[in-house]
Amino acid sequence: MRYLPLSNGDRAAMLEKIGVDSVDALFVDVPESARRSGTVDLPKFAGELEVEAQLNAFADQNISPAKVPFFVGAGAYRHHIPATVDHIIQRSEFLTSYTPYQPEIAQGTLQVLFEFQSQVARLTGMPVANASLYDGSTAAAEGVLMATRVTKRNKAVLSGGLHPHYRETVETLAHAVGIETEACAVAVDNEADVLQHIDANTACVVVQTPNVFGTATDVTEIAKAAQAAGALLIVVVTEVMSLGLLKSPGEMGADVVAVEGQSIGVPLSYGGPYVGLFAAKEKYLRQLPGRLCGETVDADGERGFVLTLSTREQHIRRDKATSNICTNSGLCALAFSIHMSLLGQTGLQRVAKINYAKAHAARDQLVTAGFEVVTPRFFNEFTVKLAKPAIAVVEALAIKNVLGGVPFARLQNEPGFENHLIVAVTETVSDADIATLVATLKEVAQ
Amino acid sequence: MKFTKDHEWVSITGNEAFVGITLYAAEALGDVVFVEVPEVGKVLKKGDSFAVVESVKAASDVYAPVSGEVIEANDSLTGAPETINAVPEAGGWIAKIKLADASELDGLMDREQYEAYLATL
Amino acid sequence: MTQDSPKMNSVGRPSAPEINVEATLFKSLLGGKGLLQSEKLIFEKDDYSRTGVDFADIAIDASDLEGLLRSDLSLPGLTEPEAMRHYVRLSQKNHAIDLALYPLGSCTMKHNPRLNEKMARVAGLGDIHPLQPVSTVQGALALMDTLSHWLKVLTGMPAVAITPKAGAHGELCGLLAIKAAHEAKGQGHRRTVLVPTSAHGTNPATAAFVGYTVEEVAQTADGRVDVADLASKLGPDVAAIMVTNPNTCGLFERDIVEIARLTHEAGAYFYCDGANFNAIVGRVRPGDLGVDAMHINLHKTFSTPHGGGGPGAGPVVLSEALAPFAPKPWVVSHDSGFDLVEHDEGVSAQNFGRMCAFHGQMGMFIRALTYMLSHGSDGLRQVAEDAVLNANYIKASLQDLMSVPFPEGPCMHEALFNDHWLEGTDVTTLDFAKAMIDEGFHPMTMYFPLVVHGAMLIEPTETESKDELDGFIAVLRALAQAAKAGDVARFKGAPYLAPAKRLDETRAARAPRLSYT
Repeated sequence: MRYLPLSNGDRAAMLEKIGVDSVDALFVDVPESARRSGTVDLPKFAGELEVEAQLNAFADQNISPAKVPFFVGAGAYRHHIPATVDHIIQRSEFLTSYTPYQPEIAQGTLQVLFEFQSQVARLTGMPVANASLYDGSTAAAEGVLMATRVTKRNKAVLSGGLHPHYRETVETLAHAVGIETEACAVAVDNEADVLQHIDANTACVVVQTPNVFGTATDVTEIAKAAQAAGALLIVVVTEVMSLGLLKSPGEMGADVVAVEGQSIGVPLSYGGPYVGLFAAKEKYLRQLPGRLCGETVDADGERGFVLTLSTREQHIRRDKATSNICTNSGLCALAFSIHMSLLGQTGLQRVAKINYAKAHAARDQLVTAGFEVVTPRFFNEFTVKLAKPAIAVVEALAIKNVLGGVPFARLQNEPGFENHLIVAVTETVSDADIATLVATLKEVAQ
Repeated sequence: MKFTKDHEWVSITGNEAFVGITLYAAEALGDVVFVEVPEVGKVLKKGDSFAVVESVKAASDVYAPVSGEVIEANDSLTGAPETINAVPEAGGWIAKIKLADASELDGLMDREQYEAYLATL
Repeated sequence: MTQDSPKMNSVGRPSAPEINVEATLFKSLLGGKGLLQSEKLIFEKDDYSRTGVDFADIAIDASDLEGLLRSDLSLPGLTEPEAMRHYVRLSQKNHAIDLALYPLGSCTMKHNPRLNEKMARVAGLGDIHPLQPVSTVQGALALMDTLSHWLKVLTGMPAVAITPKAGAHGELCGLLAIKAAHEAKGQGHRRTVLVPTSAHGTNPATAAFVGYTVEEVAQTADGRVDVADLASKLGPDVAAIMVTNPNTCGLFERDIVEIARLTHEAGAYFYCDGANFNAIVGRVRPGDLGVDAMHINLHKTFSTPHGGGGPGAGPVVLSEALAPFAPKPWVVSHDSGFDLVEHDEGVSAQNFGRMCAFHGQMGMFIRALTYMLSHGSDGLRQVAEDAVLNANYIKASLQDLMSVPFPEGPCMHEALFNDHWLEGTDVTTLDFAKAMIDEGFHPMTMYFPLVVHGAMLIEPTETESKDELDGFIAVLRALAQAAKAGDVARFKGAPYLAPAKRLDETRAARAPRLSYT
């Protein structure tokens, strides 16, 4: 067994040192009724060659986005990741280290987290950011919980453009904790509708920009109105690349920002692991969920970094913690930070503009071909209202080896939205891919 | 000055009282890094948690030694939490409470009793 | 005033360093530390305009986004060689499993096989999108189904919810399923969750998080749940108990079957914290112990890398009683293949909701399944045996010098010591652990579990050779002898040979500086 270094000779010597006859003697505390003499009913050990073949067989049954024209988004996006990123995150010192609780021998991870927090703060336009959460949806849910702690109110209003999976994640967590939620009617372009639902018990309103249909919204006025009513504005961003081009949530007055960071540095990987970015105004510093890295000095007076304000966390505060979260998304945060460093402001702006240009070229060609695009303003994703149900259309496209987008009905069964197809166009899409999408869509959907 | 078994102190003038944590508690906590003081106007029942004192390794609730209304909070602790370590039983006071029931003081320890109690810990 | 963690304070963990002892008299000319390069922050550069990614600078007409365009982007960029230097230099300031035994108790720092990493990156697995049509990801669904099958067989449980993203997220999933099950039975009034004093902090945090009142259950003198105390606290108000088994003292709960019986008799559910599954995988099935729900940390037992603090993965196995309440989405199989249940219809109507946006940590599923297939049922059984053997070997090799709080009988996969043996030395558990760094090892878990004074919890895992164990034991023995011999300076200023000296945590917390400004 290639992963187990003990030989039978070692085992015998060690048992002798312990003073027992057999390894069974070490399991004496297991109740008789639960002791198993043999192995469970599963295949026996296998070499690398065989295991690799078994895993490849799974992969072979999937269509890789790299092989086909690919327009699937709605909360997760295919972007180019520089080769350097994957090389660095596989260095042993990053890959195989634990949470940096011993700062003297974890300054590498800690400095990366400090840089990550700084990048997230600047990208979102907010003063403070944490060291990451599981993903964008759980970050949004944590934001709602934080808003109820801060305002001592108990209701969250969710916009009709919020990704339905995010809405469900927020609802599940909020209801478990006893927070009331109110979801606005599904709408392509009506984030401001949240304001109609604010009452004296509203802790926060949650809006998304660009929203699930791709619509970008200036939320400045929503922020002002919500705050005037004593509620916090939580801005959700599922396409972090959009922040290279669009005004930051901080500039628009957000109190809390919850972002899915996957687009920068993290592969699609069928939905996870991803990385949740969480940022807020300075005054909420001690109410933030999750780990925080802070600057300090060591005994020689040299700059160093530590996990800080940990008394908010579960391992110390136990049943009074701000969140039960323990693990963050460390390695994905590292990948994000490396990719972000490689891009810098210059690269981020450039790739954002390419996304914008390609998506708008695709929109123009679809409109020319007679399709109805319902998203008024967008970054790299828009929604086409087809003449027939979108679920059947994407299946028909898939048969023709085109992955054409996400039917809104895949996310939520909502009358009136059966024909809505969400189309994402990133820098990975070629002009030929766009032409193929338009032609194939005409074939199967008109 | 009166004391509780939870290591709070009360210093009474008329029907008002300053409350804080004792030297023993401050030393046990170590370097205090943050104090969450109560809002003025908050009405407390004896035993209510009304403040939190945090060190690097622990966060501790502070319980009201007597019932009453918070009439003043020591906001300077927010910017200078180390005051709790320096002078816990003076400038490190946390809140000033208007007593609701002066008879509650009878159940508290005086310094001699408190020190005897500490010796048993 | 009461303290949440009195043990932590009473043992006097210093939060700010006091002693500054020179490690060496040699000084380099400009402050260099040999090949361990100092490294500035990426923000400490004059020119932010560089980039390590070659994209064309195209012109766009974004007039439709007028008023929505940003003007304040300020993020430093690095060319590829600069980036490589920066991150490789930083990496060298980290300790890692690949460098030495990493004895963090309760964390299961085992070797991370590189085949797992390779398979997670294969085209068709690492690059597929969660919302592709299910007809184009049949292999992904088959993989999730296979992983689920292995988890169910290994635990002897009938169902599994695979979306939770970490152990604590799994606990949340389990408790929400329990809450939903009680509500479905008209038992929603049950408000209490019983948690032993030795539990992981996440247990009470999770229970309180979902609105339960946490009540602690006492521990016996031999480090196990006090069954009499538990029985006295079980009642019509109790929703669940949360018990870690093997527990955080590294001991198997001998009365576990009785604990489960009493719990069920009181109408409550048994949540088992599966953080320590590595000790029993392939040898004991939690389903045979009466467990109703248990999360499995794929990043512990099934070797997915810890990555400096995540990402983890925390699938939860469920009993028949709880299975109908599992969260969306999940995989089902038909004659024609696999499908995903993503909406509240028909059979799925009882689900308690959704834990996260997509289908859980697929990247971790691939790695964990690769690990399982590599080991097989026989290899996994050997994993548990070697993990337990290694821990007992360490205990047997150190207990003449270091005191053991529960000396009776074997431990499981981790060996627990207290600080009784350090009395009178002026060396604390923290000092002792920091001195281990100078000898080349990561400290063990300290001051946890809280119920043991000055606790030192050592979990070697099964992937250590006897040579490595003997080296580790030699270091601890030498340090223990030094402490007892009064060589206090060796401990108080430690570590001397690490990339950084002890850091001032008080300063970090009093005036938090969390980003570069």
